[in-house]
Amino acid sequence: MKIDVHGRSTYIYTASHAIDPALPAVVFIHGGEQDHSTWALQSRYFAYHGRNVLVPDLPGHGRSTGPALGSVVQLADWIAGMLDATGIDKTGVAGHSMGSLIALEFTARQPSRVTQLALLGTAAPMPVAAPLLDAAHVNDHAALDMINVWSHSSRAQFGGNTAPGMWMPGTNMRLMERQARDVLYTDFKACNDYAGGADAAMRVKCPVLIIAGSRDQMTPPRAMQELGQRMPHAQCILLDGAGHALMAEQPDAVLDALIRFL
Amino acid sequence: MAVPKSFSFDTLSLHAGQQPDPLHGARATPIYQTTSFVFKDADHAAALFNMERAGHVYSRISNPTCAVLEERIAALEGGIGAIATASGQAALHLAIATLMGAGSHIVASRSLYGGSHNLLHYTLPRFGIETTFVDPRDIAAFRAAIRPNTRLVFGETLGNPGLDVLDVPRVAAVAHEAGLPLLVDATFTTPYLMQPFALGADLVYHSATKFLGGHGIAIGGVLVDSGKFDWEAAGKFALLSEPYDGFHGMVFDEESTVAAFLLRARREGLRDFGACMSPTNAFQILQGIETLPLRMQRHVENTRKIVAFLGTHAAVETVVYPELPDHPDHELAKSLLPKGCGAVFTFAVKGGRAAGRRFIDTLRIFSHLANVGDAKSLVIHPASTTHYRMDEAALNAAGITAGTIRLSIGLEDPADLIEDLARALYASQKA
Repeated sequence: MKIDVHGRSTYIYTASHAIDPALPAVVFIHGGEQDHSTWALQSRYFAYHGRNVLVPDLPGHGRSTGPALGSVVQLADWIAGMLDATGIDKTGVAGHSMGSLIALEFTARQPSRVTQLALLGTAAPMPVAAPLLDAAHVNDHAALDMINVWSHSSRAQFGGNTAPGMWMPGTNMRLMERQARDVLYTDFKACNDYAGGADAAMRVKCPVLIIAGSRDQMTPPRAMQELGQRMPHAQCILLDGAGHALMAEQPDAVLDALIRFL
Repeated sequence: MAVPKSFSFDTLSLHAGQQPDPLHGARATPIYQTTSFVFKDADHAAALFNMERAGHVYSRISNPTCAVLEERIAALEGGIGAIATASGQAALHLAIATLMGAGSHIVASRSLYGGSHNLLHYTLPRFGIETTFVDPRDIAAFRAAIRPNTRLVFGETLGNPGLDVLDVPRVAAVAHEAGLPLLVDATFTTPYLMQPFALGADLVYHSATKFLGGHGIAIGGVLVDSGKFDWEAAGKFALLSEPYDGFHGMVFDEESTVAAFLLRARREGLRDFGACMSPTNAFQILQGIETLPLRMQRHVENTRKIVAFLGTHAAVETVVYPELPDHPDHELAKSLLPKGCGAVFTFAVKGGRAAGRRFIDTLRIFSHLANVGDAKSLVIHPASTTHYRMDEAALNAAGITAGTIRLSIGLEDPADLIEDLARALYASQKA
């Protein structure tokens, strides 16, 4: 569906369901240079199992009008605006990579609205390698090449996708190439500049699930452990062999963990 | 910092799409010769049927062995995914049926494989889909033939059998200006000689029966999606961008931003038309792809030697191969096909139809049959076989004559092939 959030047209994937105020909700927040479809093998399940599912294309991404927002704090406020626009008061929130920082900051800022928080492929701080940031700054395709290699485990780079016939590195590359110019730099700079993660984590009181891939090169498992130490009540799951693109690499393991948690 | 590199073509030819079997450690791709797959529980079954989870249900829709082949081709083409089909013709039909229905129109090169010409010219009009055929060298003709109801532009990377080189970048530009995708049949070139997506094509299909398999033992096709075409922005593909009653109101291009075409092709096309590939055929074609780079190099090397031999032979009237300077697409071929122009070409023997018959009947190594792209060398007379429904004018329009002979050069010792051809040419000239 499309709605206006902060005066800009926003696309939200709901798996073709109208929002039912009587049902609990889950918001899935995608990562940098991605859109809602990165959650395809997790979000659709919840929409057919008694939840309102909201998977927005963040501003400037996918079908949502830009510009992309330049800070995690702005994006967290935008999530609040999206919930206001859809009439949802409380919700579970899951975020991946940049989306995990947005989810964390949103939960810290509006704790009464978040029933559960799931952080996937996360790290706070989330520094971005200088060569990657530099390449993104000039819209050099090499930035996408770096992301595609670093986002997938070596196993995933050979394929063997759970989704029959789909070539995972190709799919991810094309999705990134679909995003508008400068979105990648805006996203990654927002991740790189976000310094509020530690403080936000200390303020989170709702149940927390952290899922990491053991082969994640973008947000290594030790970063998950460091963040988890700031939230002693958090459950941590390590997916053996998964890279940063863990929703695509191990979709069932991620979904099963979310089903148990949300 | 060096940019990290993904795996190269030769490595992907051997590995893409497959992990060693997790249960037994089998290194080769297992043949999952099963119709169906056991669900873990009722919820798992429902989730698979409703695309809440990915996985295999029934081998008409997907199968693990076929999926390895699909991923491998997609990787080699630089695409996002693929669908293995019962044949190359099934792949062409699947592409068309996924994009359009009655009242739609296709603009196609007139230089096509006879089977594709039959489908477009004779069969699809019965289902309300018309095709306008144009000279593949006339880019303006593609543009002029596009109508409001056109939904696809189609050609072959190397036209069959006249070997017109499709100017993929320019034809793609014409298609994209009109908000249309370009589909190419890349059977003759394989991803080793040309990767059409990098040149602007949106969809590719192969008769995997030919060079991909290479062994001549398995019929099959593959349809590959680049994931580049924006179906929603084009505004002409309601089948992909509007709710589909046949799948719980699913909007395919919302479900997957880049894979809407493949989603519908699998979830409707394979489900309803059912032209799937068998797992055993997929396994056999995979064995061929493992050596595709090596074989294509040798195919091209042998072909160049034989083209050179025929080009100077007194009994040969013409040789049609894009690497020859007198071929109309010579310069284009140098640009688009720098590794070679494949292993299929035509020539004409002096003496017309009767000489051609004597030539074919005298050959010992070349097999006279209706196929190309085998490891073994093949020969056929198009006017009496693959293009037999065409009259003289249509043959000429397709770039051949009644006396044209088509060779598919295999991997034998080129000296043996030349000796075989020399003997047959000598016999052809004896009245």
